[in-house]
Amino acid sequence: MIQIFAFYLFASVVIASGAFTILARNPVHSVLWLILAFFNAAGLMILIGAEFIAMLLVIVYVGAVAVLFLFVVMMLDIDFAELRAGFMKNLPLGIALAAVLLAEMIFGIGAWQAGNIALGEHALNPARMGASNIEAVGELLYTRYIFLFEAAGLVLLVAMVGAIVLTHRKRAGVRPQNIASQVRRRPEEATRNTQPTVGEGVEL
Amino acid sequence: MTEFFQSSLGMGWGWLVANLILILLIALPVMLSVAIVIYFDRKIWASMALRRGPNVVGPFGILQSFADALKVFLQETIIPSGANKGLFLIAPIITFTVALLSWAVIPFDQDMVLADINVGLLYIFAVSSLGVYGVMIAGWASNSKYPFFSALRAAAQMISYEVSIGFIIITVVMFTGSFNLNAIVEAQRGHGLGFINWYGFNLLLFPMAVMFLISSLAETARAPFDLTEAESELVAGYQTEYSSMAFALFWLGEYANVLLMCTLNALLFWGGWLPPVDWAPLYAIPGIFWLIFKISAFFFIFSWVKATVPRYRYDQLMRLGWKVFLPISLLWVFLVSGYLMLTRYGV
Repeated sequence: MIQIFAFYLFASVVIASGAFTILARNPVHSVLWLILAFFNAAGLMILIGAEFIAMLLVIVYVGAVAVLFLFVVMMLDIDFAELRAGFMKNLPLGIALAAVLLAEMIFGIGAWQAGNIALGEHALNPARMGASNIEAVGELLYTRYIFLFEAAGLVLLVAMVGAIVLTHRKRAGVRPQNIASQVRRRPEEATRNTQPTVGEGVEL
Repeated sequence: MTEFFQSSLGMGWGWLVANLILILLIALPVMLSVAIVIYFDRKIWASMALRRGPNVVGPFGILQSFADALKVFLQETIIPSGANKGLFLIAPIITFTVALLSWAVIPFDQDMVLADINVGLLYIFAVSSLGVYGVMIAGWASNSKYPFFSALRAAAQMISYEVSIGFIIITVVMFTGSFNLNAIVEAQRGHGLGFINWYGFNLLLFPMAVMFLISSLAETARAPFDLTEAESELVAGYQTEYSSMAFALFWLGEYANVLLMCTLNALLFWGGWLPPVDWAPLYAIPGIFWLIFKISAFFFIFSWVKATVPRYRYDQLMRLGWKVFLPISLLWVFLVSGYLMLTRYGV
C-alpha cells in the first residue's frame, strides 16, 4: 500500500519536475527543478531496493554535480528577451531531436516486447542473495568487472588531468603565500632592538 | 512500540503512527538541546572573552534562548522587494529540514535508532551534502550582493571539504566492514589494546579523527571557517536579508548541524554510546548518557575553537582542503587498506 503510494508520489514528482526543468523561464529555477528530479529518482531507486545507488545518486548528482551547475548558472547574466529570440531559430533542431528520441523509444519498447536478445554465452553473475547492496556491487565490480572499472577510473583521471592542463596557467607577477617560509621565520630575522639617542632617529 | 500500534491500528497505520511518534521523540529533544546549546555556546564564548554572557533571563540566563525564540517569532518577516519570493522563503525551510533529516539514522544507544539501515553513514553523507542548497538558494534569492558572495563561497567550501570527509569516512568503514552506524560503534568495543572503546586510540586512525574534527568545523561553516557569514566582509553573509522566523530557522538549522557533526565525531572515532573503557561497571550508565557526554565535550571544543582561532582567509581555506587534507586522507586510505590487508585478510 505505502509502496504504491510512494511510487506514484516519486514518479509523478520526477515527471513534473522534469517538465518544469525545460519549461521554467529562469535557468536557476531549471536547475532547482532538475535537483528535485534527481532527488525523487533516488526515491524510486530505494523503492526497487537499490539503496546504495540511491545514496550515490544523491551524493554525486545532488550533492556535487548540481551544486557546481547551480554555481555556474547563478552567475549567468540572464537576458530573457534574447532567450526567447533563440526559440524560433532552434525550433527545427529541437523537433528533429525529439523525433529521433521518440523513434528510438518506439523501437526500444518494440524490441522489449519481442523478447530480449542473448548477450554472449556468459550469463550475468547473479548477485549473491541476502548480501547487502554494497557487498553485492563490490563483489561484482572488483572481480568480474575489474578491468572495466579500472578503465573507467583511467578515463576519469585523463579527463581530470586534461581539465587541469587546459585551465592552469602560470601567471607572472603574483606572489603566492608560502606558508612554510612564514612559519620558518624567527623573531631575530624580522625584528631589531635599538636604543636610539634623542634627536638622532634610527636607520631603517 | 511499532508492534503495539500495529496490533491496535493495523499494519500500515500502526507503522505510520509509531514512526511519527518516534520522529517527534527525536526531533523535539534535538530542538530543545539546540536551544540549550546556543546558550552554552554564548556562555563559553563570553567566559573566554572575560565577559558574563547571557545572565538576565531566568536563573543564570538559561532561558535566554527561549526568550530569543519568542522575540523572533513575534517579529515581522520582511521580504525584500527585489527578492525571488518563493525561493527566498524555501531556503530557510530547506536548511532546517535537512538539519533534522540526518538524525533518523543516529544510534543513541544499542539499537536505539529510528532507521537502522545498512547505508547509514552514506545517508548522513548524502543528507549533509544537501545542506549547502539552503545557503545557496538563500544567497541567490535575496538578490543582494553580500548574500550572493556568501552563496558562492559556501558552494566551493562545502564541496571541497566533503571530498576529504568522504575519504576519512572510508578509512573508518574499512576498519568496520560496514556502513551501518550501529555496527561501527559496536566494532569499537575493545578496539584499543583490548579494552579501550575508541577508534581514535588506534594510531592509524587518530590522525583521521583530528582531520575529521577540523573538516566538520569547515562543513558546518563554524569559526575559523565561517567565511559564508564573515561579518567583517559580508555583513552577515547569506542571512543578511532575512528576519524573524526565517532567520531563526537558519540559526536553528546551523546549530542542529553542529550538534550532528559533534555526534558523528563521537560515533565514528570515540565509541559513540560505549563507555570509554570496556569495563563492566561503566555499562551501568545507560549508553545515551555516554553519547550525550561525548557530544557535549565535542561541542565545547567547537565553542573553544570559535572563541580562540582567527578566521581563515579564503585561499587558505581552499589550500587546507585541497592541498593538505585531500592528499593526506587519500594516502591514509592506502595505508589503512594495506594495514588491513596484512593483518586481517592475509596477503
